[in-house]
Amino acid sequence: MRIGAAPLAAVRGLALALLALPVSLALFIFSVVFFAVTFPIGFLLFPVVIAGVRSYAGARRRLAYTWFGVEIKEPYKPRPRFRRGLRGVFQRYRWAVADPATWRDVLWLFVDATVGAVLGLVAFAVPMYGPYGWVLAAGVWKPIFESGGGDWYTFIHVVDQNSADNAALLGVVYTLIGLWLAPRLLRASSLLTRGLLAPTRERELELRVAHLTESRSDALDTQAAELRRIERDLHDGAQARLVAMGMSLGAIEHLMDRDPEKARRLLAEARESSSKALTELRDLVRGIHPPVLAERGLGDAVRALAMASPLNTEVSVELPGRLEAPVESAAYFAVSEVLTNAAKHSGARRVWIDIRYEDDRLRLVITDDGHGGADASGGTGLLGIERRLGTFDGVLALSSPVGGPTMVTMELPCVLTAPGH
Amino acid sequence: MRVVLAEDLFLLRDGLIRLLEAYGFEIAAAVDNGPELTRALLTIKPDVAVVDVRLPPSFTDEGLQAALHARREVPGLPVLVLSQHVEQLYARELLADGSGGVGYLLKDRVFDADQFVDAVRRVAGGGTAMDPQVISQLLARNARNEPLGGLTPREREVLELMAEGRSNTAIAQRLVITERAVAKHTSNIFGKLNLPPSDDDNRRVLAVLAFLDRS
Repeated sequence: MRIGAAPLAAVRGLALALLALPVSLALFIFSVVFFAVTFPIGFLLFPVVIAGVRSYAGARRRLAYTWFGVEIKEPYKPRPRFRRGLRGVFQRYRWAVADPATWRDVLWLFVDATVGAVLGLVAFAVPMYGPYGWVLAAGVWKPIFESGGGDWYTFIHVVDQNSADNAALLGVVYTLIGLWLAPRLLRASSLLTRGLLAPTRERELELRVAHLTESRSDALDTQAAELRRIERDLHDGAQARLVAMGMSLGAIEHLMDRDPEKARRLLAEARESSSKALTELRDLVRGIHPPVLAERGLGDAVRALAMASPLNTEVSVELPGRLEAPVESAAYFAVSEVLTNAAKHSGARRVWIDIRYEDDRLRLVITDDGHGGADASGGTGLLGIERRLGTFDGVLALSSPVGGPTMVTMELPCVLTAPGH
Repeated sequence: MRVVLAEDLFLLRDGLIRLLEAYGFEIAAAVDNGPELTRALLTIKPDVAVVDVRLPPSFTDEGLQAALHARREVPGLPVLVLSQHVEQLYARELLADGSGGVGYLLKDRVFDADQFVDAVRRVAGGGTAMDPQVISQLLARNARNEPLGGLTPREREVLELMAEGRSNTAIAQRLVITERAVAKHTSNIFGKLNLPPSDDDNRRVLAVLAFLDRS
């Protein structure tokens, strides 16, 4: 891996340079030209070019991450819903021009086509200069020398086998230096890209505020809906049963002397009612905050879930302590929902649940051996989970190729409160 | 029979004391928190303990933990655990040492005083008393498994009652059949489930519970 990484970086440098030179340069020129000509062609085409620039920049962000491990976030303002006709054209134009990120992108195109491309070329050329020296030493120096001249390999004038050997030796030095240099140059190039393509501090905060506003309103909606559900359950369930019990007791009081037999029957009914009310309350409590969760924490609560699941479920938990109560609850209900989904839709027989705490994050991975093909937007409740986790800055990733397996991964940043027992 | 009682809600504690005393039990200690329960169990070593799962000061499963701890110190110490909800996980932990003398019931079961007291006596005598909900959850989980599918409906009924910890006599009364019929059903069940037959009621129940919990 370490040995393979350096030559790979050199090749990637060449690829980047070949990509950056024509594409970045062309897009840069288009951007500038269509902005300059404005009316009427620029009005129509500038936003199109900018859309192209953004998808190209997006691809380069992903490349920077997969190739060099440099993560770059998107800085753009959310795209509005455009109207039709002439007003739509103006709207698009404004959307493209008014976003400062557009101009940072254009600046980046220029820098990438120049500095970026040069860095990439150097990363490729320096290590490759070594093999050229070896080729000379292998005999190629002779035809060059004979056709008049002789080649300069840096400071060595190659005129005979001896000087060609020296060139080959120097070539080794070049290759070593180049291989050492290539990954560093490309990392520098990626950092340059990040400097221009990543959101500025101000924009990052703006995006964060937008995200918080949205997730807060989601959280409030969910909470309100939950309270309504609890109210309805109590009203139609336990409360109604208590009323019925009170009425039965009143009737019993009345009947006690006159018809003891009937009173006894009513008493049995009242007891039945009270036990049903308790069952309903118990189910309600389980839905609000499961008792095992309160008593034992996430690990055992999920184990209890697994025991109740009709699927063959394996649970492994590595938590060094208790989590904050709201996170614990969100994680529990997320696992519960995913398990229910698996039992209902996936056709799975086995499920594996893995829960661990690493780098200040709670990580939950749920895998089943079902037929896959689950779709987060298909109303499977995953959207709801995602929103719920969003309140805690948590994320959900779904991988479910047709034919299975389905894997749901959830991550929640959180802190541990108390050590578990 | 000396009882240690642990329940943090005053009304329930009071009700349980009166109920048990009415049936001739002697309340050796009635406590309302975990640490005191542990102390009472280890010093008094009662004939049976009736314990609420959730107790102060932490309001987690302190009652259960105290009971499990005491049973490790005093093997076979009879404990009947009461709770607002039943969890298979807790049932498994209580049964884990395989020595009997445990019970795990919903608090609602106290409503039927005769049945409840019967359960307390059973546990005190080294038997078991598992809540019907625990058993039905266990059976539901095993429903798809091979040997259980082979039982007749009647045998399933018998199995359920047996798993709750009831004796042949009690099962016969409940199902309105003769004790001999019950004995025949039980031997059929043990044959179908491949369990070694046993005349000892308690050992029989533990074998069945272990079987159900295995899968």
